[in-house]
Amino acid sequence: MSDAPVIAMAHISKSFPGVRALNDVSFACHAGQVHALVGENGAGKSTLIKILSGVYRPDAGNIVLNGANANFKHPVESLRAGISVIYQEFSLLPERTVAQNIFLGREPRKGLLLDHAAMRSETRRVLDLFGAGARVSPDALVADLDVATQQMVEIAKAISLDARVVVMDEPTAALNEAECEVLFATVDKLRERGTAIIYITHRMREVTRLADRVTVLKDGEVAAHFDTPPAPDAIVRAMVGRDIADYYAPPATQAEIGAPVLSVRNGGNAFLRHIDLDLRAGEIVGFAGIQGAGRVALAMALFGQVPFTTGTVTLNGANAAFANPRDAIRGGIGLLPGDRKAEALVLMQSVRDNGLLTARAFAPLVGTQKSNAHASLSSMDALFDQMQVKAASYEQDIKFLSGGNQQKAVVARWLALKPKVLIFVEPTRGIDVNAKAGIYHLMRDLARAGTAIMMISSDLPEVIGAADRILVMRAGSIVAEFPHGAAETDLMLAATGETEVAA
Amino acid sequence: MTEQTLPHADRRKRQLPQINPVYFVLAALIVAIVVMNPAFAEPTGYMNFLKRAAPLAILAAGQLYVIVSGGFDLSVGSVITLVVVGSSILSNNDPNSTWWVIATMFAIGAGVGLINGLVVCYLKVPSLIATLGMMITLNGVAFMWSGGSPRGYLTDQFRFFGRFNIPDLPLIRILPVALIVLIVLGFALYWLMHRTNLGRMIHAIGDNPRAANLAGVPVNRVRILAFMVSSLSAVAAGILLGGFAGVSTDVGTGYELQAITAAVLGGAQLLGGRGSVPAAIAGALTLNAIFTLLNFLGLPQPIRQVVQGLILIAAVAVAMQRRKHTGR
Repeated sequence: MSDAPVIAMAHISKSFPGVRALNDVSFACHAGQVHALVGENGAGKSTLIKILSGVYRPDAGNIVLNGANANFKHPVESLRAGISVIYQEFSLLPERTVAQNIFLGREPRKGLLLDHAAMRSETRRVLDLFGAGARVSPDALVADLDVATQQMVEIAKAISLDARVVVMDEPTAALNEAECEVLFATVDKLRERGTAIIYITHRMREVTRLADRVTVLKDGEVAAHFDTPPAPDAIVRAMVGRDIADYYAPPATQAEIGAPVLSVRNGGNAFLRHIDLDLRAGEIVGFAGIQGAGRVALAMALFGQVPFTTGTVTLNGANAAFANPRDAIRGGIGLLPGDRKAEALVLMQSVRDNGLLTARAFAPLVGTQKSNAHASLSSMDALFDQMQVKAASYEQDIKFLSGGNQQKAVVARWLALKPKVLIFVEPTRGIDVNAKAGIYHLMRDLARAGTAIMMISSDLPEVIGAADRILVMRAGSIVAEFPHGAAETDLMLAATGETEVAA
Repeated sequence: MTEQTLPHADRRKRQLPQINPVYFVLAALIVAIVVMNPAFAEPTGYMNFLKRAAPLAILAAGQLYVIVSGGFDLSVGSVITLVVVGSSILSNNDPNSTWWVIATMFAIGAGVGLINGLVVCYLKVPSLIATLGMMITLNGVAFMWSGGSPRGYLTDQFRFFGRFNIPDLPLIRILPVALIVLIVLGFALYWLMHRTNLGRMIHAIGDNPRAANLAGVPVNRVRILAFMVSSLSAVAAGILLGGFAGVSTDVGTGYELQAITAAVLGGAQLLGGRGSVPAAIAGALTLNAIFTLLNFLGLPQPIRQVVQGLILIAAVAVAMQRRKHTGR
């Protein structure tokens, strides 16, 4: 391992009309090392990577690859030079096999025909290089693979291209805890092989677990650089530019937690078994578990989207076995879906329309859109102002807003209805650190005002920090209960079933 | 992560001309027609143009409801045929029958829209297929009902709406009743789409039905209402068209595609989520202006179809380009 970096970007600047995206950023990555690139959304991480891979050209500065100048004009050039970027949105073809995807556009031939056997054996060899051979068959259709496995195919593709630099853009964004561990192991293998890895993330746990060096970007500039893995606090401080002692809101006091609002006894359906649950006024209940453990199924059952088929549900003592979301909302339950774009937003409509959607859905059909029993244009604007939704105008299409601001608008949708129970599914997925803190404090304010809050999150530190009580689910059942501030390892063990903890 | 580094300034620049391009196209076409035929600038010229365009304009405004909700309604042309043929049979040359015949036709229209909506919502048949089936069925019904050769005429009372001009007015000299109907219905459809909760929910279900459902929108009810508005506006268009068209079993043929073309010319987003009633009406006027221009140029009838087909493709292609540039 020599000291000369494989790739060095020096004094890079880049402006877009009206925005200075990068200002004098220098960044280097060494063979056999993981260099973490962290920063909030909009800090310039993606722009830097796009310059590295030739999607954008820098206004100033230069890139040196293995000691030679390398200013790429096109992504194909950087790919040929050995730089592979694995974006969050994979570039795989779902209806093709793993092998076909890996050799897409450079299929080996035998005469006029494709050499399928060679493709398959080479794919297997590449997959085995980082221990994925047992998990992925070269003949599997990509569409049939889960997200984590698809990511392995992307990584395999990078290796088969002989990539010397692999860039991973928030690779764990769509993965659950167990899948993350597999990814980390893969990264370790790549590092042992001498690949230089640029790892973009804003999760501190991944930085401490993986990184050899860390560069923090903030507002297009290098806010901090560490040649050895620093303490997480130092990174976060550099990222947000302030201390984060009050990152999570303080937990509820005993006096703040009231009577059960929503109770389930022996609830079950195709995805859930023997659910006994009480959500209390003033309390935030966190739900941890691996993907498919039944947390989202439970939320959807309470919300009437996929109702319970057995057991009883009561809301303030009255029957609350809702058959569809509309009934559930009328009964006083709200739900923030986990996939904002697919399940929550109407992207072509304005910020206001998104905020007012539910209020309007429960107003007379031919009533004016300007105001109804739950909200009006001005009350919604006031709510947006109060939540500090950042938009050029609330008449703007919501698709132009950042993830955090979109999420706030969806939260505002529910606040207008004043639900008794509010279910948050992955409330901070894909939003930046400051917006996350905002969501935690908002949940706490709602709880203090008497709302029962259910929070489903795959981010364990978040569940531990934000919830008053943590329930762990596994295989459709609630298997364990922990207090606020429980240890991460205990939750992990309960979630994966390594050990039983008394519920 | 997704960064907001994408050209903010550019985006703002592009948003500046908020006026829908269809209005410029329409204005240019009208100028062209006037240049070729100065008589068009006379009240009788443009009033007759508006009278003839009124049925398609109302039809396009109704079609827009289904398009914005994320579907297509191919059955509207056959509804027009059914209205014209059915009215001539039911009224049986009795001038006193006009009102109950019209009421019956609106009831039939409401029923057709309801069935279209129910089939799409509950039997999960894609709207393109469901309304295509309805189109074939209704054309068959009209054919059977009339015994294959429609007899009789529409009474003058019935034809009043589509044909009559209020004479001797100052300034504009004549005012077609069809234009009054267009203005009243056009405003009602504008108000319902752009000023009420129903209109916002039609946009929402066309934009993202899953999100709308999880937000408590009664998706099926809203979708059924959109189909009913479309069918009811087809009945209105049929009554106007009966004013100047002959009674035949192909009087409504092709109108469904003209209505979709008009809505798309008005910038409606195919597959839902965005559209404007005034712009769809302008799209219908634009389409009629193009046909008028082709007439003046002395081009034969089949050319109309060729042009209409090309316009539909071009309008959607332009819309897709615009969408690509504005990101999604």
